[in-house]
Amino acid sequence: MSQVVLRNVLLANGTGADIEIENGIVSAIGSSSAQGIDCSGLIALPGFVDVHTHLREPGFEASETVLSGTKSAAAGGYTAVLAMANTYPVADTSDVVEQIFDLGHDSGFSQVQPIGSVTKGLAGSELSDIFGMNQSRAKVTMFSDDGVCVSDADLMRDALLEVKKFGGVIAQHAQDPNLTNGSQMNSGALSTELGLKGWPAIAEESIIERDALLAEETGSRLHICHLTTAGAVEVVRWAKKRGINITAEATPHHLMLTEEEVRSYDPVYKVNPPLRTKEDSLALRAAVLDGTIDVIGTDHAPHSKEKKECEWQNAAFGMVGLEHAASVLQEVLIEEGGQSWERFSQLMSSTPARIAGLENQGVLAVGQPANIALVDPNSKREISSETHSKSTNNPFSGLVLPGSIVHTLYRGVFTLKDGQLQVLK
Amino acid sequence: MKHLTSIRELSKASAIALLDNAQQLSQVNDRDVKKLPALRGKTVVNLFFENSTRTRISFEIAAKRLSADVINFSAESSSVSKGETLKDTAQTLEALGADAIVIRHPLSGAPKNLAANNWISASVINAGDGSHEHPTQALLDALTMRQVIGSTTDLSGLKVLIVGDILHSRVARSNLLLLNLLGAEVEIAGPNSLIPEGIEELGATISNSFENSLAKKPNAVMMLRVQKERMQGEYFTSHQEYSRHWALDSERLSMLGADSMILHPGPMNRGFEISSEAADDPRSKVLQQVSNGVAVRMAVLYGCLSGGQS
Repeated sequence: MSQVVLRNVLLANGTGADIEIENGIVSAIGSSSAQGIDCSGLIALPGFVDVHTHLREPGFEASETVLSGTKSAAAGGYTAVLAMANTYPVADTSDVVEQIFDLGHDSGFSQVQPIGSVTKGLAGSELSDIFGMNQSRAKVTMFSDDGVCVSDADLMRDALLEVKKFGGVIAQHAQDPNLTNGSQMNSGALSTELGLKGWPAIAEESIIERDALLAEETGSRLHICHLTTAGAVEVVRWAKKRGINITAEATPHHLMLTEEEVRSYDPVYKVNPPLRTKEDSLALRAAVLDGTIDVIGTDHAPHSKEKKECEWQNAAFGMVGLEHAASVLQEVLIEEGGQSWERFSQLMSSTPARIAGLENQGVLAVGQPANIALVDPNSKREISSETHSKSTNNPFSGLVLPGSIVHTLYRGVFTLKDGQLQVLK
Repeated sequence: MKHLTSIRELSKASAIALLDNAQQLSQVNDRDVKKLPALRGKTVVNLFFENSTRTRISFEIAAKRLSADVINFSAESSSVSKGETLKDTAQTLEALGADAIVIRHPLSGAPKNLAANNWISASVINAGDGSHEHPTQALLDALTMRQVIGSTTDLSGLKVLIVGDILHSRVARSNLLLLNLLGAEVEIAGPNSLIPEGIEELGATISNSFENSLAKKPNAVMMLRVQKERMQGEYFTSHQEYSRHWALDSERLSMLGADSMILHPGPMNRGFEISSEAADDPRSKVLQQVSNGVAVRMAVLYGCLSGGQS
């Protein structure tokens, strides 16, 4: 029988406690007389859950593997990641999602829950074996063509009806391809000055509006990936008010960075959807504070050096984010927004776990698996490009952000201890 | 200055200093021995990923007048067609001894990538990148305007009208930035489909009538080249339609003030955006622009390679 005791933690509600863990399960939260690890000054939160991670395996192992990606997740306080389907082969069959599920199981650094693709090969013309993937060992409930949009309305409607059968959800990458052919950055005066093809806000907003109505009509559940514009926030607000079963996500980078970064033409800032204006970023922050945004999804998108060390137009879209998401949210939600760690925990843990249908995640309670992140809220650090990911396309490098992850426990086992990634058996 | 990839890198004072230097260096053109020893022993590479005989020759003459060695590297006939990256190409050229790389590239931002990434330590001069900028073109246009109006400082109060395909034009963007820096007022005119989003925020008024703009008596009218492949389809229906609304033809020429000037970055499409009558009019400064191009590029090469003035 193994026992871990975390002494003198602060819970999200601000009360002090000791946490006893036995055989990977939280056995007591209160006052303990046992010896343990002193966690004075650290906030104990349910391990974070990322609904939007690209682990790149199978197919793009030069950029990331399930092992390296989950190490990066553990370093960022995550105990579960949802692995996007745009691998090679695409996660569009039971075989592929079971392979990813097993790789995650072997890694041991976090739970890996595969996301299935909505359409075969992400081609947008024919539905994947959605029901088959749900019935597989991987028990997929979330489906997404992320990277590309399910742009065909009829197909999107079919997909929503299909996942409704088992209470699943479609996570839409909202980007009308007809409005974004060759687009490189947010459209406006800056894209004009830089001579880069613009990516209009309406390309995102029109799809969200359409899909919200489809979700309403089908009575199914819709999740919108990475909101980026003030208008998109308005649409989601409207849809929620209407009672539509819709949830929305924002990324750390869209909360923190703006299109001004593109002036450098440094492809580390090239991302899909693109960095937007200051006004858009402020609207997203407001939406995080008022609850229009339900979750933070990292859209952790590692790319090997050669895909970023080139001209802007030839570079790949995407940036990493697992190791700094918590710091960005602390800055936005707590330091600037004055909100609570309980709210932080909803955005990072409990709501993403609920959306993704992960029963043993997102909760810190007696009788539950000990998936815990311990945050030092008082530290400040300059973000370095050092990472446990295989890729270094980190747009936060050089920024000074609050907070750091000191320990992460996944099922009662330290994956990160005193800031050091652990060697797992 | 170490590099020149964008007009944004210049202050008003440094832009005027460059124009002053160019004005002085232009006198070398009138000498019997058209050569100065300023850059002897320096190697300048013209790295052209896009054909542009005029710009390349202009940079080549400018470098040679300053006694630099010049190598011309054209992407079509090189390892680039075998898939070499920009980084490797630039590092190879530097290993061969390049002190300055003059780059023309079809992708916006490529010169900035070369200058900013610590791939190389050579100076980088933008000779036109995508639809981003063509800073030496704007400088030679400004030098020409200064000469025509007899200014030795800035262009404050000068009214400049830029006409044509603004959307795809790097010449228009660099001019807009530099003319604003030098205090000129810029109006742009062209078909709506070729006016890019947000351009007014960069310091221009927009006109949808050439005639209305001419009625405001601009001091300079800059006609942009219309690329024939864009004459049909997406942007407007035919070149006849384009010419009818946007060409500097004889009627519009007659609206132009006696001391106005006509500019064109070349090469001209006579009969499309500009009539022969306008091109050959005494108010046309097209050849003066070409001569000033050499002087401006001498000043930029000298400024980047001498390591002195900012």
